[in-house]
Amino acid sequence: MRGVDWEVVIGMEVHVQPRTRSKMFCGCAIAELNAPPNTHVCEVCLGLPGVLPVPNQAAVEACLKTALALNCEIPRHTKFDRKNYMYPDLPKGYQISQYDLPMSINGRLELGERRVRIRRVHLEEDTGKLVHAGDKLHRAWESYVDLNRAGVPLMEIVSEPDLRSADEARDYAVELQTLLRTIGASTADMERGQLRAEPNISIRRAGSDELGVKTELKNINSFRALHRAINFEVERQKEVLESGGAVVQETRGWSEAEQRTFSQRSKEFAEDYRYFPEPDIPPLELDRAWIEELRAALPELPSLRRSRLAGQLPVGLANAIGADRELADLYESAVAKGAPALATANWIVNEVAPTGKLTSGANLAELIRLVDGGAITRDQAREAYLESADTGRTPAEIVTEHGYTQVSDESELRVLAEAVIDANPKATADFRAGKKQALQALMADLRKRAPHANPKAANEVLAKLLG
Amino acid sequence: MTSGDLTELTIKEATHLLRLGSISASDLVTAHVERIEQLDARVKAYLRMTQEVWERQAEEADRKLRDGDAPPLAGIPIAIKDVLCVKGVETTAGSQILRGFKPPYTATAVQRLFDAGAVMLGVTNCDEFAMGSSTENSSYFPTRNPHDLLRVPGGSSGGSAAAVAAGEAMISLGTDTGGSIRQPAALCGVVGMKPTYGRVSRYGLIAFASSLDQIGPFARSVDDAALVLSLMSGLDPLDATSSQRPGMEVLNNYGAGVKGMRLGVPREYYDVEGIEPGVKAAIDAALLILRREGAEIVDVSLPHTDYGLAAYYIIAPAECSSNLARFDGVKYGLSEEDSPNVTELYTQTRRKGFGTEVRRRVMLGTYALSSGYYDAYYLKAQKVRTLIKRDFDAAFEKCDAIVSATSPTVAFPIGTKTQDPLSMYLCDVLTLGGNLAGLPGISVPCGTSDGLPVGLQVLGPQWGENVCLRVARAYEEASEIRAEVATPSPLQGRGSG
Repeated sequence: MRGVDWEVVIGMEVHVQPRTRSKMFCGCAIAELNAPPNTHVCEVCLGLPGVLPVPNQAAVEACLKTALALNCEIPRHTKFDRKNYMYPDLPKGYQISQYDLPMSINGRLELGERRVRIRRVHLEEDTGKLVHAGDKLHRAWESYVDLNRAGVPLMEIVSEPDLRSADEARDYAVELQTLLRTIGASTADMERGQLRAEPNISIRRAGSDELGVKTELKNINSFRALHRAINFEVERQKEVLESGGAVVQETRGWSEAEQRTFSQRSKEFAEDYRYFPEPDIPPLELDRAWIEELRAALPELPSLRRSRLAGQLPVGLANAIGADRELADLYESAVAKGAPALATANWIVNEVAPTGKLTSGANLAELIRLVDGGAITRDQAREAYLESADTGRTPAEIVTEHGYTQVSDESELRVLAEAVIDANPKATADFRAGKKQALQALMADLRKRAPHANPKAANEVLAKLLG
Repeated sequence: MTSGDLTELTIKEATHLLRLGSISASDLVTAHVERIEQLDARVKAYLRMTQEVWERQAEEADRKLRDGDAPPLAGIPIAIKDVLCVKGVETTAGSQILRGFKPPYTATAVQRLFDAGAVMLGVTNCDEFAMGSSTENSSYFPTRNPHDLLRVPGGSSGGSAAAVAAGEAMISLGTDTGGSIRQPAALCGVVGMKPTYGRVSRYGLIAFASSLDQIGPFARSVDDAALVLSLMSGLDPLDATSSQRPGMEVLNNYGAGVKGMRLGVPREYYDVEGIEPGVKAAIDAALLILRREGAEIVDVSLPHTDYGLAAYYIIAPAECSSNLARFDGVKYGLSEEDSPNVTELYTQTRRKGFGTEVRRRVMLGTYALSSGYYDAYYLKAQKVRTLIKRDFDAAFEKCDAIVSATSPTVAFPIGTKTQDPLSMYLCDVLTLGGNLAGLPGISVPCGTSDGLPVGLQVLGPQWGENVCLRVARAYEEASEIRAEVATPSPLQGRGSG
């Protein structure tokens, strides 16, 4: 089997926590990650006898918006089903999910050239969490159940096996996150467990149409881990097959500490979940007019926005800005106020994105005029931007108040440059001896003495004096 | 007025006296408690008395009566079936697995009656998780029929039926999944009503089969049953299957009499296998009275009746197998804590906590839902259910209400059916169709057979509780048959009636 060309086949199951105030079937608030155990629970999510689930309208709406943004079909009838299994983190002995009539089917997500088909998007409830006293489950002397997460709504987004590499799988997850944030369906924060990606991975001989035996990976907490876990698993499967073995269909966990996958649960004897329609919740008849309202209210989707931005900007900038709805909104609003596209995009990517602080498009346009026109230095502009974002005041006001100016006058800069050369004999000597980077040390000293100096002009003056 | 008299009153009579001030809510409660103390060692209708609750509620009722702002059930003593949660009151569904469980909430239907001024006397016995037709499946003890202590009161709401029949409560609540209100009402000679599915919130009802369960009242008159039902009906935001229809509509026009109504007699019910001649005779007599009152008796057919029992015994166990999964010994109730691991904890807790019939149904239901059997059992049963609904739809094209016996037999001796589950299941053959189709039904006393009560069942179309009540009330009035309070004597089986 050595020397075989393998093709990687990946399908993704992504669980996303929709943005709701309360749980899927009761009024409990959604707990923060660090909330003390069992503080966000009631008789419904505890599964006490006699209580009933009532679906959360906001979760249904978030799921429908997601489905629409993924170009899914929304069937007229949808229903909830019970998935039956016993586990201490599952208070009712069944999970309310959707089986054969999910909220939506047959969608797609465009990843550049690759079209990833979406099989279904459905709603379900999360389970609780087990906390084991001891370092390992099988060595635990006591186990505790925390039901804060039990009943938290989850959308499950299932793709067809259309992805062909770890890169594509990561891009898919990133794109999904961008989309969910753009439409406001979820904050989709992986570290906070709001987006959990579970890739199903198999490999096959290049050119084959048959699918190989797949494994499903869990416990992935970041895009980087997703990428690494898939690559590890692909290599593992290659080794198994190339050494004459067979891949076992199973669920494998990703160990961040050991940077490898490990077997969690064999699916050879698949559990029988005895799905049947949830009798406590009537089937939902989705109002077509409502769905059309939701469709009409969707914002411009990231892929469309990116292609529109790509008409104005280099691809890298267009993608970087298009990936974040707030940044793209800021960009377009500043440009609409007359700011030059490229300078604005660069400013946003370099100065706004890292700080995460936003001001108005008008303020940004004004700031870019000030810095582009040479009235202030870039350092000053950065200060002015942050202050403007914090206080909402205009950059012009801030510049005036702080007396920000930029000196570009050559005679003034010459006096400064001479002082710097006098104060730094070693750097000067180094430079003259051919160490060009010594100029940077001299510039740094100059900017420290005169933050208002125009860096470009000062650089030229320094170089001229040294030369 | 003697305490005996006070325990024979209807709500209407009691309310009149309470408002006149000739009796107090406390008098009424005391009379019932004394009656329970005197009789219940024999009848065994109650599992638990709730003295703290009745003292508080009677005091409040008396205060409101004095202040002149008494709600409609102020001071009316009520008994509650052990499957309906009452905050702080041990509620066990007749099972050992819930021993000691005190819910932190009250069932919506119960709360509405409390809000209407009802005074809770205690918790009544029932078949474990409402699975049974004789109350012999209670994990505590069997309840006895007040008309004959050697016979069963019916079930599963046998305790609630017996309490009302024996004057140990003025009204009570039961639940009906396949006939568990109507059949014991018939066997104990009282009125019992199962509403349309969705009419009464199921919130706080410990589920047996969620798509079939409904809560309903027992009373000694149709008027009392109607009033209680109207007060607990209506939308509940805590139950997604509860209807938005106004609860009070169950009373629409229900006193209008049967003149001009078409009453359907399904031949499959009239000649049901195993129907006792005495029961049939009582039904014939009832039909005669209804015809005399101006109703037209028409022949209708429910052709899929034969498949109803089979479909019911797939669907109900399937739902129960899932509903009962939560009783795992981890969070509340019985827990075999010394088990070596969690699987053993589940197994031992459930083996010890569930009785034979419950285990049988959990296993039946688990099997019916299993991969490879689902289509042959559960799915097919659902198709039968649809056909049964269509049967009723077709029948209601030809008639306004359907009348039949409630139970093919009168109360049977204790112990005669416990060894043969199928014969027990046949008790519900005339009632479970109403559950599968989600329809309202009432059982009203219609004389006796061999000295034991017979019930007349009236089934109505969906949301047609008022139709059922109208027929039942007209019959009650014309027949002059009343749900008499039974006082069983200590030494003999057959009571003094």
